[in-house]
Amino acid sequence: MNLIYLVLAMAAVTYIPRMVPLVILKNVRLPRYLNRFMTFIPYAALGALIFPGVITSTGSGHMGAGIIGCLTAILLAWLETNLIFVIAGGILGAFLVSVLF
Amino acid sequence: MMTVSNRVDFFQGLKVGLPIGIGYIPIAVAFGLLAKSLAIPNIVGVLMSLVIYAGASQFIGVNLLVVGASFGDIVITTLLLNLRHFLMSATLSQRVETNISKPWRALLAFGVTDETFAVSVLQKQDKLSRYFVLGLNAIAFAAWNFGTWLGIFFATGVPEIIKTSMGIALYAMFIGLLIPHVKKSKPVLVVAMLAVIINMLMYWSAAVLGVSNGFSIIVATIVSAAVGAGLYEAGEGEVER
Repeated sequence: MNLIYLVLAMAAVTYIPRMVPLVILKNVRLPRYLNRFMTFIPYAALGALIFPGVITSTGSGHMGAGIIGCLTAILLAWLETNLIFVIAGGILGAFLVSVLF
Repeated sequence: MMTVSNRVDFFQGLKVGLPIGIGYIPIAVAFGLLAKSLAIPNIVGVLMSLVIYAGASQFIGVNLLVVGASFGDIVITTLLLNLRHFLMSATLSQRVETNISKPWRALLAFGVTDETFAVSVLQKQDKLSRYFVLGLNAIAFAAWNFGTWLGIFFATGVPEIIKTSMGIALYAMFIGLLIPHVKKSKPVLVVAMLAVIINMLMYWSAAVLGVSNGFSIIVATIVSAAVGAGLYEAGEGEVER
């Protein structure tokens, strides 16, 4: 029963940061600098989310798999193949390294 | 209630969200397996995915539970891990259509994750339809919960090597989302590289600085986006969407 309260508290602190800006920043016109700041946020966030997380994503003992999977995905993304193939290529690259080494 | 064009938007959202769903399933299965192996009651594992719906927080939450961390510590860690969504929701709030009611915004907010955020805001259209975002969020949420159930109730014999290889799926998706923009726009390249460098420096000095992973992502994102906004005036370095 206590665990249920913990889960609900975790749910609250997860939901509040997601909800407040979307509900509050309704129809706000931001200054131009902030607008440019906002347009850069996705790219900055993606960069920070990818590195260094991707390297240890296949387990800290399999960093080679993470690195090769990452390079495969970068190559396929550079060639602008469909997102599904980028994901499949990343998994396949990591898988082959895990199997072979 | 739902007009034809709303339905089209919703299905478009489902379609665009499909890669997220595919990426979520193995991770959610791993979460279900972990919760089960740590003797977390099934109902708690299922409930976590339903109401918390945040991958890293759920993994860390069950781990902290098992090592006997206090409830207060777990809740604070969860909050720190998810503060980055504040930034993402603020960005998304400028991209959804303007005439959406507060309850609708509150509903769409529940579906904000790193992945649904990145996919929605990188769409080409200037204003996103609420039904499009709803569809995108719905397929990701459904996949996350489906995977959790699979992990808790069915998947016992998945080979370790397959599970670990699938761990890269969402990162590969992030790469697939980012690289085409990096190729086309130098400001985007500079900002993304700066974020990578700041985050890696903070990650590797985490022991010294005592910062969590979630916090270093927030700092790296804010600093590099701020530098980018200062360096590139609109016009000469117009960011391409």
